[in-house]
Amino acid sequence: MSSSTVSRQTSLVRTKPTPGIKTGPSLRRSRDNVSGWTFAAPFLVFFLVFLIWPILYGFYMSLTGKSLTGANDVLIGFSNYSEAFADAGMWRSLGNTLYFTVISTVPLVLVALVMAALLNIGLPAQWLWRLSYFAPFLLASTVVSLFFVWMYNPQLGLINDFLSKFGIPKIGWLNDPNVAMWSIVIATLWWTVGFNFLLYLAAMQNIPAQHYEAASLDGAGAWRQFFSITLPQITPTTVMIVLLQILASLKVFDQIYQMTSGGPGGSTRPVVQYIFETGFTGYRLGYSAAISYIFFGLIVLVSALQFVITRRRSA
Amino acid sequence: MANTTLTRSVPRTEPGQVIRQPRKKLTVGKAAAIVVAAVLAVLWLVPFAWATVTAFKSEADASASKVSWIPPSGFTFDAFASVFQAGNIPLWTWNSLYTSAAITLITLVISALIAYALSRIDFKGKKLLMTAIIASIIVPPPVLMIPLFYQMLAFKMIDTPWAIILPQVIHPAMVFVLKRFFDQIPRELEEAAVMDGASRIRIFMQIILPLSRPILAAVAIFVFIGAWNNFLWPFISTNDDSLLTLPVGLQTIKSAYGVQYAQNMASALLAALPLIVVFLFFQRQIIKGISTTGLAGT
Repeated sequence: MSSSTVSRQTSLVRTKPTPGIKTGPSLRRSRDNVSGWTFAAPFLVFFLVFLIWPILYGFYMSLTGKSLTGANDVLIGFSNYSEAFADAGMWRSLGNTLYFTVISTVPLVLVALVMAALLNIGLPAQWLWRLSYFAPFLLASTVVSLFFVWMYNPQLGLINDFLSKFGIPKIGWLNDPNVAMWSIVIATLWWTVGFNFLLYLAAMQNIPAQHYEAASLDGAGAWRQFFSITLPQITPTTVMIVLLQILASLKVFDQIYQMTSGGPGGSTRPVVQYIFETGFTGYRLGYSAAISYIFFGLIVLVSALQFVITRRRSA
Repeated sequence: MANTTLTRSVPRTEPGQVIRQPRKKLTVGKAAAIVVAAVLAVLWLVPFAWATVTAFKSEADASASKVSWIPPSGFTFDAFASVFQAGNIPLWTWNSLYTSAAITLITLVISALIAYALSRIDFKGKKLLMTAIIASIIVPPPVLMIPLFYQMLAFKMIDTPWAIILPQVIHPAMVFVLKRFFDQIPRELEEAAVMDGASRIRIFMQIILPLSRPILAAVAIFVFIGAWNNFLWPFISTNDDSLLTLPVGLQTIKSAYGVQYAQNMASALLAALPLIVVFLFFQRQIIKGISTTGLAGT
């Protein structure tokens, strides 16, 4: 502790020194302990009950044969895990989640970047563009799913009707196992790209104007300025957006469950849905807790990567 | 001394309200940019437009095999009338509103209190506490759903609003957003109050909180939108029809209405309306809020 804070503390405590009673800094310190934990207490209660406890309890569950009917509540060691690692259904759903993550993250970052770059040029009616790009983010997943299931309808849907004008045959957007995941990605892009777009826009508008002025004097055009000023300046934002997007995409569940229920033939079923179904439809809580932990491990891995990258950047 | 500190402005993050680049005259490049932006905007508005047109069609026109933007038998409010007769949407909206409001309020109170302690008070175990909260940012909610459901069963909270509300009030990332902001408030502002013997809680309520309105609003917006649109947890923790939130309720209409496309779209639009209207009124605050909290992680 620095000397300045110590001297400030003593001057602030206005108690007369009485022998035998804690005074000055030490009184202050024990008071700080009490008030610190008092301020922290309300959050801590929720934190312990609804986050720490379920994490620990979930791990315990994963070591039991617990089911929703209450039977088999005994420790069975790691056999749920060994079963999961041999479970083709789990691997397939994990594969679907990873596939979705890869093919959704790229457009969700690139399109957001393009949108922000376009606005940053200084287009008129900024609010109008922001409203159009960002508004879908305010919708619940169910609303998005209703919109897109209707537009994807193979017979009556807007999209197939539009394509038929160019002689393109009807596509089974959500019924064709080769297409369904891409259709989910398109809907997701429409829904959440506005969030990344806003983060990019904020980052671009924080770039000092002098950078651009200097570049203009040197005769650099808009294109050149984008690549040699804007893009390098927003690199930290890009890193964060990519990592946050990967983490968000790995958790995908809502829109897939609502649009295809994981079909056709399990071709879009993500791992979160597999956990959900094993637990609540199959009643195997212990087993689904084990799969949750395998999934958790994956998230921890990605987060560790994020930590290493951001650490290296700031170091 | 006091005067200078009081006039010192509080740090504020205001991501670009101004376009700093000098406006140039319309060039070919800029015209091209407008065209591309416009194409994207149209693509992004089409789903809204198509849903709206469908919602104002008769069911017969909506399911006609020929797709039309202007229905042969004209526009009608029938779909909305049927949806209102079914009577679920207002109830679901109310459920979403009060649960999201409660989640936002509780989150703000408990997060601001602990953020203040982390920012201003030196207490034993603070480092450990910070590490635990930072580490918890990575816990994905789906991992908690199985044990949390079981726990809520044990608490006999399943099918009560508490099951929806209580597990959603922990936002470790928001604690750090608030802490970072509190860290930037000059300590001198509090010293005068401390001299007068003001208690911690008074300093927090009368000095820190009023100076933190922008960040509190940002956090509130972020938490509220998340809670309002959350699907997975309310879906798991409620079966009672009278407790369904909007996103979960909408999921049930698909099976109930089957192929009634106009009614489906009318319901979806009614569900979308509240936040869109709020956004139209508070566009600047919401955009600022998302920009300041968004990178903190979810």
